[in-house]
Amino acid sequence: MSIQFTPERHQKFEEIVARYPQGRQKSALLPVLHLAQEQFGWLSSDTMDYVAGLLSITPIEVYEVASFYSMYNLKPVGKYLFEVCQTGPCMVSGANSIINYIKQKLNIEVGETTEDGLFTLKTVECLGACGYAPMMQVGKFYKEHLTPEKVDQIIAEYRNQN
Amino acid sequence: MGRKLLLHNAHVEGIRTYEVYRKTGGYRSVEKALKTLTPDEVVEEVKTSGLRGRGGAGFPTGMKWSFIAKPEGVPRYLVVNADESEPGTFKDRYLMEYIPHALIEGIIVSSYALGANTSYIYIRGEYAWIPDILEHAIAEAKANGFLGKNILGTGFDLEIYVQRGAGAYICGEETALIESLEGKRGNPRIKPPFPAVKGLWDCPTVVNNVESIAAVVPIINDGGAEFAKIGVGRSTGTKLISACGNLNKPGVYEIDMTISVEEFIYSDEWCGGIKGGKQLKACIPGGSSVPILPANLLLKTAKGETRYMNYESLSDGGFATGTMMGSGGFIVLDEDQCVVEHTYTLARFYRHESCGQCSPCREGTGWMEKILYKIESGNGTLHDIDLLWDIQRKIEGNTICPLGDAAAWPVAAAIRHFRDEFEWHVNNPELCRTQNFGLAHYADEIHVPA
Repeated sequence: MSIQFTPERHQKFEEIVARYPQGRQKSALLPVLHLAQEQFGWLSSDTMDYVAGLLSITPIEVYEVASFYSMYNLKPVGKYLFEVCQTGPCMVSGANSIINYIKQKLNIEVGETTEDGLFTLKTVECLGACGYAPMMQVGKFYKEHLTPEKVDQIIAEYRNQN
Repeated sequence: MGRKLLLHNAHVEGIRTYEVYRKTGGYRSVEKALKTLTPDEVVEEVKTSGLRGRGGAGFPTGMKWSFIAKPEGVPRYLVVNADESEPGTFKDRYLMEYIPHALIEGIIVSSYALGANTSYIYIRGEYAWIPDILEHAIAEAKANGFLGKNILGTGFDLEIYVQRGAGAYICGEETALIESLEGKRGNPRIKPPFPAVKGLWDCPTVVNNVESIAAVVPIINDGGAEFAKIGVGRSTGTKLISACGNLNKPGVYEIDMTISVEEFIYSDEWCGGIKGGKQLKACIPGGSSVPILPANLLLKTAKGETRYMNYESLSDGGFATGTMMGSGGFIVLDEDQCVVEHTYTLARFYRHESCGQCSPCREGTGWMEKILYKIESGNGTLHDIDLLWDIQRKIEGNTICPLGDAAAWPVAAAIRHFRDEFEWHVNNPELCRTQNFGLAHYADEIHVPA
């Protein structure tokens, strides 16, 4: 598979670069990596090299950024990435039991992906939803006030879509 | 019922749209500022208001603005810090999600005051759905002549762009944020030079929190003096508090800083008391970095006076017996919670978020996490508690940015006020895996640690 943005994403890329003064296109790096991850699911070194080329910066400038920020996946992940918050406020609201429930339900450990490639479980640090805990991020959105029943529903919904 | 300046129209149907927002009086401050005030007059109003930065540090916003350098021919930037990542804090999210135009309106007036023609909203990457809301609001404002070229025919130009981060607490520190906005790792810069002189792309830059910028709207509408009348002492205006933990009604509240902590926790108008009728054990009132207090010292100061929800009262007693207003992330722990475990999760958080530039923070946060885990899981020794104390002391004040302090303070305060709970873990290695220490004396008459 050759690495290339779809025409729509390429247009989006142009729009992003236009937000900065001439010569400051490196500023587009974070948004462009988001764009790449949206299309390819994760950031392979080929993808990062492609982004470096688009922005006329060196590949290392991309690698060091991609490895710094927690949202960039440097390895393939399941179609649905469950990122469960485990920091203090979520912890006191029962995050640990939700994490254990998901592990048992999907039969995977934290950091693993289900055999069908659908679900990956990850624990993350505070996502700013402390008042609506326990919670997790799945893709673009937050799933809040989690209970075992709600987790069941979410998983069933995603399974049905496939 | 306290006065509301930011969330007064939060429950108006359709307030997210330009049309409804405008009908409820939105964008009046832009008309007033651009047509009747000079930029310096806007800065003066903000100074008069006494507004203090709402991101956590509490630095006076007007003063910060007055530091901006104005070299000829060099662009200036306003960068809005929407990287809200301090555990317990989710107020800016609420504001942006429900009343996006309040932020856009504040940005226009603030940019005018600073002479900035481009503004970036740097929002944490995880709030992935909010940029769409903000960009829609920006497009609406532009379509109605409040953004773009020659706003309201005054000759003032402004463009606002939204930039998403990608998961890094450190980018809430203003120089790390600027680095990130330049497409780099979020490593804080050594100051000086301060961003007001050399910020984004080495140009003069002001970085302000979302809530601070939104507060500029009522300041301009009603005048800085009117804003300063609300609240008490140097805690002027209103403050958004995001309440979480073991509460009946967690959520985002706007308070006028004259109510007591007790009222805020127990009154039905606010948090409605502790969930399940349990007892209050401890609270971190200003986001995870500020010192945790046991119930007795939270509700009353060491002098036995009522503690209020404002900058001065929360910090009464210094770190020995007080805490901080911080970001307004109000984390409540009930009698069943374990302070050691809670502190461990915070230590893990700071280890995860340390950028790695400074050795005391990079190494120290990892050591603190490991030792806390050891104690929490029943394998600690009494010496470990002293070691923890020693490590946090060596991090504090020895790093480029305040993340080091932010990581040290929660550990220090937990040991300062809950040392017997740490010792109980050490002395009851089996029991502490299945049981918690409980409430002990933390809700008793005031107990001031030595």
